[in-house]
Amino acid sequence: MEVRVQNVRKEFDRFPALHDVSLDIHSGELIALLGPSGSGKTTLLRLIAGLEMPTAGKIFFGDTDASEKTVQERNIGFVFQHYALFRHMTILENISFGLKVRPRSTRPPNGEIRRRAMELLDLVQLTGLEKRYPNQLSGGQRQRVALARALAIEPAVLLLDEPFGALDAQVRRELRKWLREIHDRTGHTTVFVTHDQEEALELSDRLCVMSQGKIEQVGTPDTVYDHPTSPFVFGFIGESSTLPVTVENGELWVGGRAIGVPAGDATPGDARLFFRPHDVELVEADASLAGVVSTSRRVGGTRRVELEIGGAGHHVEVDLPFDHPAGEKTRLAFRPRRWKLFPAA
Amino acid sequence: MATKLRARLKRRRSPTSESRPVQLLLIGISLLFMAIILVLPLYAVFHEALSKGIGTFFAALGEHDAQAAIRLTLLVAAIAVPLNVVFGLAASWAIAKFEFKGKAFLITLIDLPFSVSPVISGLVYVLLFGAGSFLGPFLKSYGIEVLFALPGIVLATIFVTFPFVARELIPLMQDQGTGDEEAALSLGANGLQTFWRVTLPNIKWGLLYGVLLCNARAMGEFGAVAVVSGKIRGQTTTMPLQVEMLYNEYNATAAFALASLLALLALVTLVLKSALEWRFGEEIAAGNH
Repeated sequence: MEVRVQNVRKEFDRFPALHDVSLDIHSGELIALLGPSGSGKTTLLRLIAGLEMPTAGKIFFGDTDASEKTVQERNIGFVFQHYALFRHMTILENISFGLKVRPRSTRPPNGEIRRRAMELLDLVQLTGLEKRYPNQLSGGQRQRVALARALAIEPAVLLLDEPFGALDAQVRRELRKWLREIHDRTGHTTVFVTHDQEEALELSDRLCVMSQGKIEQVGTPDTVYDHPTSPFVFGFIGESSTLPVTVENGELWVGGRAIGVPAGDATPGDARLFFRPHDVELVEADASLAGVVSTSRRVGGTRRVELEIGGAGHHVEVDLPFDHPAGEKTRLAFRPRRWKLFPAA
Repeated sequence: MATKLRARLKRRRSPTSESRPVQLLLIGISLLFMAIILVLPLYAVFHEALSKGIGTFFAALGEHDAQAAIRLTLLVAAIAVPLNVVFGLAASWAIAKFEFKGKAFLITLIDLPFSVSPVISGLVYVLLFGAGSFLGPFLKSYGIEVLFALPGIVLATIFVTFPFVARELIPLMQDQGTGDEEAALSLGANGLQTFWRVTLPNIKWGLLYGVLLCNARAMGEFGAVAVVSGKIRGQTTTMPLQVEMLYNEYNATAAFALASLLALLALVTLVLKSALEWRFGEEIAAGNH
């Protein structure tokens, strides 16, 4: 099911949580809403679900306007960060809940409900645990039950709110892979909220980066990583270093020195240079970014060097292979291999 | 050698536990206190009630006025407790699941019956429904007697026992939040289904505790009821009032017979509570999880 969010605004007690947000979610895709806390990503998800109502704007499911529909009428599957499993019901009862509460006319017979619940239990690889209670399961297992429960009602859209947020790192990685597999098998349109960029980059078909109640950028993980359209996205997705520069004569200047980076069609004046610490080359030439090594530490297979550039106390980080001889030096000169210029803030 | 051993023993004790003599002392103090404050009076009640033989005991209970008092007490509890369950559920639901202005004030109000002397709560009803008030004569003209009749007793009892259910449920429901309800709604359940299948099972143990405590207090309430009942023998006298009247008439055996029955009801309540805890302990723990 295609979902279109159209010019949605949401205020809580007159405090705006979302400003005029529009987003097209394609049928069958797995899209991540990514942003720091307070960016409005969970609010957007809850608006799509119908757990909150927009102050202004519309939400379409396919061609029908879902804005005025209740959460029950929207037929969505929602997975909560803290699972929200019904603690007094067995796993099987939890999964069948959505089918059992249907009105008699649309409710499948009991045998059919049971069969479908068992099938889902199998899909989430928890066969044999149907008689357990939620508090007898581990966090990862509970979240899988929560997903099975949401899938049982054959939702038009599957919505997940920080689904792995409460789990430890290893279980997280496992479940991430497993969720991707389930998505590929069932083909549900899926929206999930996360603040973990690695999770979003690895799992999603597209990601929607949000900040302060606005959408910053929507695109495939590669596009967003390689071509961030705003300083916020560059800083939020992946590692980044930034430096104030001046554009003059078609070149970039730092502290009165040309740094050997062409300015392209950037307008002359002050600007901010962004680059990835690992995407640099060390050079000997004059026209480069040169700085004094202020700290240097090894992180696994790389050495992260912090350089002080110029006299104004600007610091940037660059990565070197951990056994690179330059790691011993007190001064380094480099040029970013790929970079991006944004107007000065 | 001995010091070494003592040092080892010392080390084995967890840092938060006390040494053996201190433990014994603390346990001893609490047991002694319980014996003097709780067990001794309870024993005295039953001893006095049965002092003139089991025959007199049952004769005292079988008396017409005593029977009327027992019936009235049970009737009042049977009306007041269900009403307070409904009020308590509604109040704690509103407080725990919604944000609104004046919430803190409402919580304070719920505690009011605990902080006000029961006699005053009774007097409030006398002022509201008495002969000199506006409401009293108005209702009387429609043939409804509130004071010195069943409605007054029920009202006073409800007022005094109001906090028990709500107090038990508010922290529980606040702790549980609205996640489960949202999950149920998102799965297509309507409001009523969500309440019956999700909310109520989540709070059933807390609710049961509240009901048991509320019931014990409803049957035992003296002060507020004494003010509004008028103590008409055989009509508006509840068990606690009857006990007092009998005692004042130097009919100690009959007074203690009825008192022992009241104490027994309280004991049954406690036993019921413990039995439920023992039987469903695991489920209760899971519910509070």
